[in-house]
Amino acid sequence: MSKQDWPLWEVFIRSKSGLHHKHAGSLHAADAEMAIENARDVYTRRNEGVSIWVVESTNIAASSPEEGDMFEGAKSKIYRHPTFYDIPDEVGHM
Amino acid sequence: MDNSNLHNLEEKFQAKIDAEIKIEPKDWMPEKYRKTLIRQISQHAHSEVVGMLPEGNWLTRAPSLNRKLILLAKIQDEGGHGLYLYSAAETLGISRDELVDQLLTGKAKYSSIFNYPSINWADIGAIGWLVDGAAIMNQVMLTRTSYGPYARAMVRICKEESFHQRQGYELLLTMSQGTDEQKEMVQDAFNRWWWPSLMMFGPSDKESTHSAQSMKWKIKRKSNDELRQAFVDATVPQAEFLGLTVPDDQLKWNEERNHYDFGPIDWDEFWSVVKGNGPCNRERLKARQKAHDEGAWVREAATAYAEKRRKRKAEKESTQVA
Ligand SMILES: [Fe+2]
Ligand SMILES: [Fe+2]
Repeated sequence: MSKQDWPLWEVFIRSKSGLHHKHAGSLHAADAEMAIENARDVYTRRNEGVSIWVVESTNIAASSPEEGDMFEGAKSKIYRHPTFYDIPDEVGHM
Repeated sequence: MDNSNLHNLEEKFQAKIDAEIKIEPKDWMPEKYRKTLIRQISQHAHSEVVGMLPEGNWLTRAPSLNRKLILLAKIQDEGGHGLYLYSAAETLGISRDELVDQLLTGKAKYSSIFNYPSINWADIGAIGWLVDGAAIMNQVMLTRTSYGPYARAMVRICKEESFHQRQGYELLLTMSQGTDEQKEMVQDAFNRWWWPSLMMFGPSDKESTHSAQSMKWKIKRKSNDELRQAFVDATVPQAEFLGLTVPDDQLKWNEERNHYDFGPIDWDEFWSVVKGNGPCNRERLKARQKAHDEGAWVREAATAYAEKRRKRKAEKESTQVA
């Protein structure tokens, strides 16, 4: 495997316990362990994280932007939001 | 794709830009937008990487362990900035190896400022204060650029840059409270870095060829001259605080404009450095090439180690099955 074959890894970082891992960026590395070490060195130099996930970019399946109408269905369903319902003020906070 | 279809896509694209909707890697974009971004982002990445060289020059000669640690941390940040930006460029469909190749073969440009030498310790302060300071002006604008991955890289970079500028200014502040000789060093560094820093913003708006389209696509949001003026306005009072004289006898506060007026920039010098004839162009590329060549064994070792680890894991798994 030459340098050209080093896969691209997507890096996800949990900034502190209790929070989700969040996409931080990407980098190339020869394997997962080295990807984690590199991610520590570039993405957590200022205590940005307590946990790192790396996943090979090619293993991510993604929706495509042309399928924009994929999310259409949710737009019309306003009754899924609490503001859809009128509750008299006398009832108090709900 | 026929012409009317393409026209349609371009109109939709511009409408998105106008509505401040970010463009993401898989979205349709005009070929010229893609090419402009690859050129700009990779130039930016190369600048971060080459920018490590003038500072690296002083690492082993930093006057104290504290200053050495600070400088080391700053240089490491710049390497990281290079990585964030290369990654952003890669989302546009160009490979890392191609990008590195373009730098090493001299096909790609990087910021001309790094073709000036760092000849005394005060230069390290001047670089942090002025060069990073000028870069910040540009980068803060770019946190709002229209291409999502570029904007996100910029947010991360801007968070780290502020320390770069402050450590440089504090270094000069310390020296300017020292001996006469140290004060002279500060003024000397300032004299040499002032004009090249103003050139960092690029040609004046009248001469800038890419500007109009880049503004329309919101890759840029402020013109070169606007950014340059903002930099002068912010920096002159800081220079005064250090007790420095700005090397420009036409510099004057303009009450009416509410800005500083400043003298003409030597564009012949600018273009000559861009074209490869600055004091350090050749030296910088040679140093990059050397670092790349001498790092080959590290890349090979990492590859070999990954291979070994993979095999071991496979063996372990097969014995477990048996
Ligand atoms: Fe940087
Ligand atoms: Fe910096």
